[in-house]
Amino acid sequence: MSARFEPIIGRYMHLDLFGRAHRIYVEEAGEGTPLVCLHTAGSDGRQYRGLMNDPRVTRNHRVIAFDMPWHGKSSPPEGWHDEEYQLTSAQYTTMILAVIDALELDRPIAIGCSIGGRIALHLALEHPERFRAIIGLQAGAHVDPYYDLNFLYRPDVHGGEVAAAIVSGLVGPDAPEREKRETLWHYMQSGPGVFKGDLYFYKIDGDIRARVAEIDTRRCPLFLLSGEYDYSCTPEETLTVANSIAGAEATIMKGLGHFPMSENPGEFLKHLLPVLEKIDRG
Amino acid sequence: MIETLKERVNADAGLLRRGRFLTTTFLLEIGEAGWLIAIHEGRILSVTKGPFVMPSSCFALRTSEAEWDRFCEHRPPPGSNDLMALIKRRVLKAEGDLKVFMANLRYFKEALGKLRREGVAA
Repeated sequence: MSARFEPIIGRYMHLDLFGRAHRIYVEEAGEGTPLVCLHTAGSDGRQYRGLMNDPRVTRNHRVIAFDMPWHGKSSPPEGWHDEEYQLTSAQYTTMILAVIDALELDRPIAIGCSIGGRIALHLALEHPERFRAIIGLQAGAHVDPYYDLNFLYRPDVHGGEVAAAIVSGLVGPDAPEREKRETLWHYMQSGPGVFKGDLYFYKIDGDIRARVAEIDTRRCPLFLLSGEYDYSCTPEETLTVANSIAGAEATIMKGLGHFPMSENPGEFLKHLLPVLEKIDRG
Repeated sequence: MIETLKERVNADAGLLRRGRFLTTTFLLEIGEAGWLIAIHEGRILSVTKGPFVMPSSCFALRTSEAEWDRFCEHRPPPGSNDLMALIKRRVLKAEGDLKVFMANLRYFKEALGKLRREGVAA
């Protein structure tokens, strides 16, 4: 049996963020318009493997996914063992813009899911000039906590097991079993407290309800794609955001859940490719 | 229907392995009806239907008949497809010592998912 390599290339980038040295893992595939991919809370850039392996995307796009600090193959900064990780809107924005600058990307398309979809709304509002277009997956303006987040990070409950068990129902019913389990495995591998630290942004600090209607899609087109089976960011919440922003385009994806690009790449691309074509036509 | 839980769970070797450190009793209430479900090292020992005078349990899961019926559909609609979806919509109340429930969440999701028509796992 011969080996088969995917076209994805990974590198480690050394980058100062928030005044501290970081070692960041960056993957990419393809050539053309840069497409910066932002993963969900408590996961990593592997969620975008489907896009990076699809020639329909990579023949015209340089698809780039970085693991946020503390996630995937990116390390936490020195001194991590004496602090509790907590993601803020300011940090999240700073790191995305810093990675784009470090890679010298000219007005990339940004695509982000869940927390990545939320920060996509922040970017559309505060930095529209930096992006060709912004695509928010499972993007809502706010999510109320619906379980005690302390269960995610305590020594007598396995953080990986509970994180995967919490999000398993967010996967849509049509997801291929292999992709569903791959998606959940990423959650199981997350470091202690990382999912919880991300949810600080998702459920508390990143609330953008009061300002989301100020997004100006004439400065940066905004596309929102949400899975029908997502009960974390429901289709209704995505449509509420879309209806409050003139020019925003929203699509509800039947049968898909909270992790469309990872749980069911084939079905997701049926929705994403027309959006990319529209953006490319400018 | 709920009484079939014992047979369905105990026939699943993978679920028994996953629950091998789980010994507890919990209360499942659907509408006016209640069941005490005793688990020993992942195996369902007993499913006892109420009414009860003083039921003792580690935790309780409470929902309505209509919500439970939708949860048990072969392909539940969005918002009814998972215990956490019901909790998010505030139509399933989880009360008591929830550490046991959360630490073994996959077990409880998959065990109760076996009550779906045709026994499809969650």
